[in-house]
Amino acid sequence: MTGFWQGVVEPGFFSSAPVHSAVAVGAIVAVVSGMTGVFTVIRGHSFAGEALGDIGSTGGSASYLLGINPLIGFLGLSVLGAGLMSATGARTRKARDVETGIVVGGALGLAALFLYLDTTRTSTTGAPVTILFGSIFTVPSSTLPIVAVLGGVTLTILLALYRMLLLTSLNPGLAAARGTSVRLVAVAYLALLAVAVSLSAITIGTILSTALLIGPPATALRLTDSPGRATVLAAVIGVASTWLGILLAYDSDYWPRQHGWPASFLIVTIIVAGYLLARVFGRDIRQPAFG
Amino acid sequence: MFSTFYINTWYAATMVAFVAGTIGFFAVIRGSAFPAHALPQGAFAGAAGASLIGVNTILGLGVFALLGAIGIGVLGDRERHDVATALTFVLMLGLGAFFLSLTTEYAPEIYSLLFGEILGVAHSELLPIALIGVVCLAAITILYRPMLHSSFSPELAEVNGTSRRRIDLAFLIILGLVTTMTVPVVGALLMFSLTIAPAATARQFTARPALALALSILIALATVWTAIAISYETNYPIGFFVGAIGTTSYTLVKTVKGAYRRYASGRHVMTAAPAATT
Repeated sequence: MTGFWQGVVEPGFFSSAPVHSAVAVGAIVAVVSGMTGVFTVIRGHSFAGEALGDIGSTGGSASYLLGINPLIGFLGLSVLGAGLMSATGARTRKARDVETGIVVGGALGLAALFLYLDTTRTSTTGAPVTILFGSIFTVPSSTLPIVAVLGGVTLTILLALYRMLLLTSLNPGLAAARGTSVRLVAVAYLALLAVAVSLSAITIGTILSTALLIGPPATALRLTDSPGRATVLAAVIGVASTWLGILLAYDSDYWPRQHGWPASFLIVTIIVAGYLLARVFGRDIRQPAFG
Repeated sequence: MFSTFYINTWYAATMVAFVAGTIGFFAVIRGSAFPAHALPQGAFAGAAGASLIGVNTILGLGVFALLGAIGIGVLGDRERHDVATALTFVLMLGLGAFFLSLTTEYAPEIYSLLFGEILGVAHSELLPIALIGVVCLAAITILYRPMLHSSFSPELAEVNGTSRRRIDLAFLIILGLVTTMTVPVVGALLMFSLTIAPAATARQFTARPALALALSILIALATVWTAIAISYETNYPIGFFVGAIGTTSYTLVKTVKGAYRRYASGRHVMTAAPAATT
């Protein structure tokens, strides 16, 4: 048995400091993304979820320029983007996606400017690539407390709004009749999404951020029709995929190739494979046309 | 500004804006802004893979754009593309990360695929761009009516034998082709800004499809021309000006239109035009 485990977990995995940070940050981010993402999938907000990561990155590149903490830039611009998206007041899903596109188009234009200034005035040429792909193994352990606190706050607000969110997502008409402000809940949700997405985008990159936000929840919703169970399941799937990816990425240093496989690629592949399996073997749902 | 070095930029930008304005109109009426964002940005992975095995990057870009289009089309449910798009997108980018991990010196080239190298368009690149552009426009012309039908009245189109799924797939494949044509020239980010903003602005002016399409192309052309001219004068990146012009003009038109509608409905309550569906 020990021989088997030695084969699965290469030496030093449990004593490596970068692995400790990656496992901890990965777990927090996966739980927050998975639980927030269930509503993103139910409400058909995937584009906004992905776009807020891009918008946050624009803030990230601005903060390199201004010399402030990138987390402030990420959070600031991402929340601002969420505000702009809700300010447009689009009612149909088509119109909403178009307006999300307009907001993210403007943000990407700004990103082009900031990155241009970054590369001409400072020497951070690798910044755009790092932001896009992130690197779960280079998360400094000092960010761990901030990530934990912000993640905790996000989850607390999410759980406090849980019933209202569910009702406005599944039956906006009924929610409005009961006196819930559908609009207000939507704004609160987008702000929450912005925080969750920038938290994951800054630590593990925008690719993994979107993957963890959409993949595990979409998988969970294929496996159960109870939103509560789907929320828990999404968090579990997210954490499991992240940890498995980290383990494989660590092990891959010992595989017969020159150097390690990127953790982001491995985690994304595991998540998408899980989703495809759930599509084949899970319950047959007509993806509902929720609000 | 119109020297021989710059003239290729004008030609290439004009062709790209024309095609982007056209496909953008359909992306907007179909609500396909997310695929229009994801395909160009995800397709760069193909370029990374192609350079790894030593084939033409355009070929890699094309193959990935088409695979991505098919992935979104096949995985997408009847009404919902967003989950399929998001997952296809992250898988493409993840593969890109994998390919990049195998090479060591690719970072500057990714940067150019994301932000484009419109100022470095070679004369020999113009012909392939034009050819793919013509193919895209021909495909759109053939599919013009079915695409309009399935966008505006999907049920009716289905009854008349137009399969929404098939039209979706055709649209996504054309989008993939457009991506292949535009990304090496203007970059993934610029391509997206040129696709959505002009078409969305055009739709604010008119609900008539043919007029909105023509207007979308005109706005895309005006946007890119203005952006190049300002960029030439100021030396700041073109992508910034395209994004800024696109977002500003949309916001401006929408705000003015909203204000006018409130004013008009205040004055002529009985004759006020019914709110246009956006």
